[in-house]
Amino acid sequence: MTNKVKVHKYSNFWERNRKSNGYLLQKTIMGYAVTICRFILLFGMCFLILQPLLTKISVSFMTQDDLYNPVVITIPENFTTENYILCNELLTYTKTLVNSIIISLTIAIVQITVTTLVGYGFARFNFPLKKFWFACVMLVVLIPPQTIASSLHLSFRFFDILGIIKLVTGNTINLRGSVIPYFLMSLGCMGLKNGLYIYMIRQFFRNIPKELEEAAYVDGCGTLMTFIRIMLPDAKPILTSCFLFSFVWQWTDGFYSKMFLGNIKLLSTSLARLTDTLGAYLMRITGIQTSVSVAYSNCILSTGTLMMIMPLIVLYLFAQKGFVESLSSSGIKM
Amino acid sequence: MKKETNKLAGLEKRKAISGYLFISPFIIGFLVFMIKPFIHSLYMSFCQVELGAGTFQPHWLGITNYYNALRVDPEYVRLLTEELTRMVIQSLAIMVFSFFVAIILNQKFKGRALVRAVFFLPVILSSGVMLGLDTNNALMSNIASQIEETTSNISVTAALENILRTAGVGVRAFEEVFKIIDQIYDIAIASGIQIIIFLSGLQTISESMYEAADIEGCTKWESLWKITFPMISSIFLVNWIYTVIDFCMRSDNKVIDKIQTIMIGQLDYGLASAMSWLYFVVVMLFVAITSFLISKGVYYYD
Repeated sequence: MTNKVKVHKYSNFWERNRKSNGYLLQKTIMGYAVTICRFILLFGMCFLILQPLLTKISVSFMTQDDLYNPVVITIPENFTTENYILCNELLTYTKTLVNSIIISLTIAIVQITVTTLVGYGFARFNFPLKKFWFACVMLVVLIPPQTIASSLHLSFRFFDILGIIKLVTGNTINLRGSVIPYFLMSLGCMGLKNGLYIYMIRQFFRNIPKELEEAAYVDGCGTLMTFIRIMLPDAKPILTSCFLFSFVWQWTDGFYSKMFLGNIKLLSTSLARLTDTLGAYLMRITGIQTSVSVAYSNCILSTGTLMMIMPLIVLYLFAQKGFVESLSSSGIKM
Repeated sequence: MKKETNKLAGLEKRKAISGYLFISPFIIGFLVFMIKPFIHSLYMSFCQVELGAGTFQPHWLGITNYYNALRVDPEYVRLLTEELTRMVIQSLAIMVFSFFVAIILNQKFKGRALVRAVFFLPVILSSGVMLGLDTNNALMSNIASQIEETTSNISVTAALENILRTAGVGVRAFEEVFKIIDQIYDIAIASGIQIIIFLSGLQTISESMYEAADIEGCTKWESLWKITFPMISSIFLVNWIYTVIDFCMRSDNKVIDKIQTIMIGQLDYGLASAMSWLYFVVVMLFVAITSFLISKGVYYYD
């Protein structure tokens, strides 16, 4: 009863302020100031990040005249979709898109399957030399793949398993330019950033209570069955985010794709060559050796980039929670 | 009694075996695709590699390749030093930026989910080939300079830069700072993962600590230094290593570019291996020294 009266007594803001010797007013003003500052900062930084994307979008709808028109900065005067049609042709978009989807999807699935197994092994079993092998995982995270690139390149150029193939056919196999080497590497956890996935998955499994597993063992479930039926359903969030990362990074990756998948037309590698393709295309049409103007080639390039990241942005919009929330809330605890 | 311990040992053994089975893909992959090429490339860096039809022949050369990389090649040393200085400055800037953003994103305010989504967008958009495309995009820089020209009168940084220049206080240091400010876009798009890692660290600090500090009369600024900093200092270490390594592997890295041109363009595998080994050793030394220094300051709560 007395409590209620008290609340009523000081409900007026200025009254309360006077009672607190101006502290309340000061605090409220500070609170608003912080909010406003934060808004300005965040707005600026968000704009900073989004701006190139927005510019790309606006440029991709411009005609060649608009690019050189100093009056036109963001909104094109002559709205056109020609750039998209041209890019579609240059990239052979449907084919490369399908290729990219197939490669990224299969590789992401293989990588995540294997890294999950390994991560679980590291998290839940005790075996001799465990620390040593985990140090090796850290080493894999740390070694830039470029260091071993040249040697890997050669070993797949002259691929052989312990000299057996050379004995039979008299020659080694050239695996360069096919998908097989990269799948083999993914199976061995040596794909793009796989050490990082192992680390994250291990951290996740370590946080799941042991009792679940022990109950399964007591009931006579084998280790593999326990893993599949008890642990996997729990690990869904971390597996989704790892899978998404794997898919996205594979999609945009240039290094491994250039080295191993050179013959398969992927979006990332085609995009890197887009300017050259454009030059060749213009030469074929006009029949004269022309150099493409910087602005135009960049316009086509940004259109191509947009077409490449379009599927990723759609994916991100739908699976944003999978990317961010599961990682930041439950994922990596060092 | 004895039988029981035996049984336990059997179970332990079985678990050890299944543990090995679980990590066997990694072991095989590590030996075949990491250790073997690793040693092989070390060996090749001392050799002249000749590509024949169906075979390749390494000829022992000694340290000639290293000599060539360091003393004969006109570009390599310059590129290496340039990349290293860029790495140090940018990594520091990325750490500061991502820590700052993580602290802001950890607060509660309206539209937080949206802002978070925007900040993590670079994780997707700045990976792989996209980075190289963006940096040498002449049209974009054209537009940027155009905007700069038309708005130069109202540019705060330019005005500030002018004032500080004419005042003549610590010109060199300020120049670095201004360089970083000019590169803020590069830094912002490179710090997506770091922000996530910092955020996950910040969320592990319990709220009650701040409350206790608040009651004791600690200001926000003090609790940042006395609570937040020590509590996530281990994450600083992880993030630092990740940032440096990530910088080394980025596709707009000029040293990597150089190595790839030599390897694929000139087919000089020996020289390419020597160059990448030099690069690797320098970076590893740098990581080792800095993380040793940082780990001295790391505070472990439990």
